Amino acid sequence: MILYVISVGLSVTMGLMGFINLAHGVFAMAGGYVFATALGRLGLPFPLALLLAFFITGLLSVVLERLLYSRLYNAGELAQVLFTIGLIFMAVAVARAIYGTLAPPVFLPEYLKGQVHVLGRDFPTYRVFLILFSAVIIASLWFGVERTSWGAMVRAAVDHRAMAQSVGINTRRLFTLTFALGSGLAGLGGGLGADIIAVQPSYPFEHLVFFLIVVALGGLGSLRGPFIAALLLGIADTACKYWIPEFGAFLIYAATIGVLLWRPMGLFGTRV
Amino acid sequence: MSANLTGYTGDPRIRWTEWLPWIVAGAAFFLLPEYLALGVRILIFILFALSLDLILGYAGIITLGHSAFFGLGAYVAGCLSAKAGVSDPFVQLAAAAGAAGLLGVLTGAVILRTRALTLLMLTLAITSILLEIANKWTSMTGGADGLSGVTVAPILGAFKFDLFGRVAFIYCLVALFLAWLLVRRLIYSPFGAMLTGMRENTMRMHAVGAPVYLRLIAVYTISAVMAGVAGALLTQTNQFVGLNVLGFDLSGELLVMLILGGVGRLYGAFIGPVVYLIAQDYLAKQFPEYWYFGIGFILVLVVLFAPGGILGLADKWLRFSKPRSSARASAR
Amino acid sequence: MRISRVAIVAALALASSAAFAQTIKIGFITSYSGLNGNLGPYMERAVRLYIKLHEKELPPGVKIELITRDDTGPNPDKAKQLAQELVVREKVNLLAGVVFTPNAMAMAPIATEAKVPFVIMNAGTAVITTRSPYIARTSFTLWQSSYPLGQWAAKKFKTAYTLVSDFGPGHDAEEGFTKAFTAGGGKMLGNVRVPLQNPDWAAYMQRVKDAKPDTLMVFIPAGKTATAVMKNFSELGLDKAGIKLIGPGDITTDEELPNMGDVALGVTTMFHYSAAADRPANKAFVAAWKKEYGAGETPNFLSAGSWDGTAMIFEAIKQQKGKLNPDKTMEVFKHWKFADSPRGPISIDPETRDIVQNEYLREVRKVGGQLANVELETFATALKDPWKELQKNAPAKK
Repeated sequence: MILYVISVGLSVTMGLMGFINLAHGVFAMAGGYVFATALGRLGLPFPLALLLAFFITGLLSVVLERLLYSRLYNAGELAQVLFTIGLIFMAVAVARAIYGTLAPPVFLPEYLKGQVHVLGRDFPTYRVFLILFSAVIIASLWFGVERTSWGAMVRAAVDHRAMAQSVGINTRRLFTLTFALGSGLAGLGGGLGADIIAVQPSYPFEHLVFFLIVVALGGLGSLRGPFIAALLLGIADTACKYWIPEFGAFLIYAATIGVLLWRPMGLFGTRV
Repeated sequence: MSANLTGYTGDPRIRWTEWLPWIVAGAAFFLLPEYLALGVRILIFILFALSLDLILGYAGIITLGHSAFFGLGAYVAGCLSAKAGVSDPFVQLAAAAGAAGLLGVLTGAVILRTRALTLLMLTLAITSILLEIANKWTSMTGGADGLSGVTVAPILGAFKFDLFGRVAFIYCLVALFLAWLLVRRLIYSPFGAMLTGMRENTMRMHAVGAPVYLRLIAVYTISAVMAGVAGALLTQTNQFVGLNVLGFDLSGELLVMLILGGVGRLYGAFIGPVVYLIAQDYLAKQFPEYWYFGIGFILVLVVLFAPGGILGLADKWLRFSKPRSSARASAR
Repeated sequence: MRISRVAIVAALALASSAAFAQTIKIGFITSYSGLNGNLGPYMERAVRLYIKLHEKELPPGVKIELITRDDTGPNPDKAKQLAQELVVREKVNLLAGVVFTPNAMAMAPIATEAKVPFVIMNAGTAVITTRSPYIARTSFTLWQSSYPLGQWAAKKFKTAYTLVSDFGPGHDAEEGFTKAFTAGGGKMLGNVRVPLQNPDWAAYMQRVKDAKPDTLMVFIPAGKTATAVMKNFSELGLDKAGIKLIGPGDITTDEELPNMGDVALGVTTMFHYSAAADRPANKAFVAAWKKEYGAGETPNFLSAGSWDGTAMIFEAIKQQKGKLNPDKTMEVFKHWKFADSPRGPISIDPETRDIVQNEYLREVRKVGGQLANVELETFATALKDPWKELQKNAPAKK
């Protein structure tokens, strides 16, 4: 489930901006580290640590975007793939140099531990919190993209950058901000998930496939898509692991193939 | 895609520069006898990269699942030997090629109607499923422990694989040479021209009545066969198969090598693996814990300053070879 | 340093100078990068520490050179290539290291062909040592811990469930535990194998919870996965449902314990090494480690295996006075006994070249505010690999 909040950020950069950003996990990892450091070493309260994860990752991404990414908006897909893989490699080494190889410990505040009883079943509190929190984020994001002038500008700029520029939109700044938002969301996701998915230097590699699957199934350029895809995959995956654990690993790939053959653009995609 | 790629327009005669890789390989055999193990690995990856270049560089099929064929080839060769007792190297190669080709036809027929990210994800899912099968089917594949007990009879009954990797080196070199002849022949044929056409403008190829879909399946299958052979070579020279041959990270690494060398240039597939594997080997020895940084740095530099890969850069600097001079710098 | 002494000895024996100024090269292959890149350094540090502390015991003029290589994780073809190069190019006298089973298996033929003794300092699948007569193992086998664990559990619990990672060592752990547990009269309620790369444990834990076993045996590769398992175990309330979590020591490795928090308290494990053990040899080992690498660092079982492996190599060098002959080295290995290992007395089984060691029953407790694996009793003394023992009685399987 947590992988969703990370993926929705990816949907923003990859879908809205049309940049194949394989290094997305790097930002999630950065967010996770910031979060764990703030919570553990600095002893900050949980919500503040989350905010920090969001903003610091966002800032970091602005630097990278201005320095590197922006040069490649018009490059081919292959160049983008190669470049972002290169970034992953470097980030893995840097993370290892700074934080070592062990995952930093994450201790949740008391009010998020334990279980809640809903409909006669026990659900871990933290997971319930995660799902609600993600829903809030998706709702506000959807509102932002579909209903505000910022959203309209982004969509315009992606569709036709020159045209958008000629009607007076500062596309450069717009892209930077959008990119920061996408990465910030990844950081937020990394922080939220740090308790469940340990943050380690190899993080961007390990979960790359999952991010991609969620985005591909959800469809590029759609915000609802990845959310619903992540939800469906999460439920199906859990159910499958529960009932037939022997085939737990197959399901996610089989589902990917099935859905993509049925709807090559993903469930809610607007373009391939 | 980029405009500066070789294709039908090229001169089909072999230029003298094209003999260079073979001269280098021959020289390496005599001058660096202690590095042949690495050399064998490089040769196998060149063959593998060549197969990817055929579909990515010439036909524009983007994939992260090419390790499916490589791994299948590796396991078919390995299982034949370890489970069925077939130790003749050529039979193993043929079986691996056949199996990979079959998988290529079957999966190609299903997935080649899609493009871009969708295609990328489908190929990735296929190789991941194969990986899971190999992991589960322990009685056949050895699962995560890997398949050991692979024996390979001496080649032609006379040359046994030795510790120094001499026989393995020559064996792989010959295989690569044959594959190179094949690929060269293909890309300078009308078939190759059609592929290039599809890469550049699929709509127009449809419009002129080319059987686009069938051609794509054909080239995908040929590429799968080559990848299968590369996998079988890996099995034979290692006498061991591990699950990693099916991993999507292997496909990713391969993609990186190819793009590093230069896509759609035939020789990019030669340069890329050489540079990548030697750099990795060297960096991993110097900084075993941080060599990732070096590789990543090289990749970023290449993207920013040499968008056509190393060969693209070389083109820019020395635009002397005739067929390429017509195409300008490797800008996309 | 010893230069003067070396000079004198060298002058005395100019004719046979090759015997002196002898460098023993050890090709050391382990994982420094990739998903499990954290494991390699635990091994290398132990080897370097042993060499540093014991170098003076070597015959005069003999030096040890450690040549390290990164196999990048479970990557058998890379490991094989590196081993081949180490043998051919560096002309190493010994091979050592290896975290992952497939890598060890791929390297085995090289050890055989080149007649290079190969000391396995971690990889724990039972069959490895049968793959080459030049392999000796100083680490452990999974059967060694999971079989006695099953015996112990059979006395305490009626029903059990196993949850293991779906790969060789996981299968070994499951089989070893199940065999001993059912032989002891226990009843297995089920077993589940989990993919190695598994981000979420909740579904599996729920399955276990609904089966209501008395105890849950878990094996997953040492590292962060263990923390995730622990957290899920308590998050889903399995502890409150009265299920006892047990397993081989991999689920409570000494370096991960601080990350787990109090959920790990009370977890019972069977293992051959704990950094918290109060044997004098272990105390000295841990102290030396902290002195060399910092107070915050703790050695783990990989370090213990590598430390002992190096001790074994030293013994071979000493007995042969610095001139290593592969077959003689293997003879030394086969009859090697070491009373002062950090994990208690150990030896090598001459028949299988595998480790013989004690297994300890441990529980996670708080010692001075820190979580630690406290050894409760020595459950099995001088235990050989149970899998190989069972194979002898019932051959022709596998």
